[in-house]
Amino acid sequence: MSTWLRQHWRTFGLTLGRLARNPLATLLNVMVIGVALALPLGGYMLLQNLGSVARQLTGNPQISLFLVRDADKADIAALEARLKQIPGVRALRFISREQALEGLKQSENLSDVIAALQTNPLPDAFVLETNGSAAELEKLEPQLKALPKVAHVQLDSAWVKRLESLLALGRTAVLILATLLACGLVAVTFNTIRLQILTQKDEIEVSKLIGATDAFIRRPFFHLGFIQGALGGLAALAIVYLCMQILNRGILELARLYGSDFRLSFFGFPDSLALLAFAAVLGWLGAYMSVSRYLSGIEPR
Amino acid sequence: MISFSQVRKSYRGGHEALCELSFGIETGELVFITGHSGAGKSTLLKLIPAIERPTSGTVLVNGQNIGSMRRAAIPYLRRNLGLIFQDQKLLYDRSVFDNVMLPLAFTGHAYKDAARRARAALDKVGLLAREKANPITLSGGEQQRLCIARAVVNRPSILLADEPTASLDSASAGEVVEMFRSFNQVGVTVLIATHDEALVRRLNPRVLALEQGRLAQ
Repeated sequence: MSTWLRQHWRTFGLTLGRLARNPLATLLNVMVIGVALALPLGGYMLLQNLGSVARQLTGNPQISLFLVRDADKADIAALEARLKQIPGVRALRFISREQALEGLKQSENLSDVIAALQTNPLPDAFVLETNGSAAELEKLEPQLKALPKVAHVQLDSAWVKRLESLLALGRTAVLILATLLACGLVAVTFNTIRLQILTQKDEIEVSKLIGATDAFIRRPFFHLGFIQGALGGLAALAIVYLCMQILNRGILELARLYGSDFRLSFFGFPDSLALLAFAAVLGWLGAYMSVSRYLSGIEPR
Repeated sequence: MISFSQVRKSYRGGHEALCELSFGIETGELVFITGHSGAGKSTLLKLIPAIERPTSGTVLVNGQNIGSMRRAAIPYLRRNLGLIFQDQKLLYDRSVFDNVMLPLAFTGHAYKDAARRARAALDKVGLLAREKANPITLSGGEQQRLCIARAVVNRPSILLADEPTASLDSASAGEVVEMFRSFNQVGVTVLIATHDEALVRRLNPRVLALEQGRLAQ
């Protein structure tokens, strides 16, 4: 076990040394992988931020229930009792037509118009707060419509639903992009390792002749793929972080105009670590494929 | 230690390199394999470390059957053999010292231990002073001695050399042969393939003379 670990450690050091001796080639490879990973990663970051904005805005999905004009106090009381029994309704607020009119009078633009009215055109209304998602609200709608003395049901969550499905679409797009570029990463590593195998053809042949096991010969190439993938992942994180900082300058300005302090936020440590691991495993996979394909072809004659 | 019985080796295309070859070599023997080029000397030597497998017949090395040996077992067979190749197969991207360190990289020696062994091997062939040099800067005789150092650093029980003196002048060739003899004297079994008649006459060893893939009478 200690021999195995020592050999891995030594191989790791030798591989790092080999990468450091060809800084330009290493840098270019890492850049290719980094840029390829940065595209879906950046998309993912934007979606995460948009998602958190959407969650903030839709914390309390509401339904407005407008009653028919001739509903009297008894009808309202009966309706209130029934609404309270519906599961998923968290809070219930009654707004009488008089209250609604007062509310409108408060707003500056409409006070003149309201003053000109002879009668109150507004209906009584209930506002329901639920703790369900947009989809659950949708299901509740026909049930509410069927209640007596209800004239109209309005979901203020229709646009939330649109936003949600837009985000879902974005996630799918990012996933497709990530899959394609992950294949690209594997291909890049495959090719790098292939070239490295050809460069070290003599060494591999001699090693086989003097008793190196296949595992020993493969090991440095796996390390190379793994390290290169991880470095590429690191580059991707750096690229996305840099782009985020640049975007945030503009976003802060824009958000201030809307009276918000919104800004893009970066991944947490676990997400970053997961990305690094993912990139490293993809690099390893590319190396594995390349080694399986090309190493067996080098046999001493 | 090494035994061939009824060994036939034919290459694709029908060329028959060895034909019904049978002989045995005991531990500690020094044996020369002679014959014209194309007589099958190299093929014979390649069968022992399983670089080639016999087409039919049995090759036994330390009791292991080369013909039926699993691929995964071959590295462990080779670690017990010291190979010196006709084309040397030195690595020119590293120093003399690192060339000799190569066989110790995968046997699990600690670095200090491995370095001591490598220097001992270089000392034995008289190259200790050149350990930092690149092999390309060595003379032909020195390169051949470096090959020997690399072959013996793992302390193998069998040394196989294919035409080790082919490209050397007679003085260097004499040195190299003396080295083989000294390894033989400490108990290493040595097999040398050569077409250098003078060399054979000088040592008067056991000779396996090959002629068109068979032992000449």
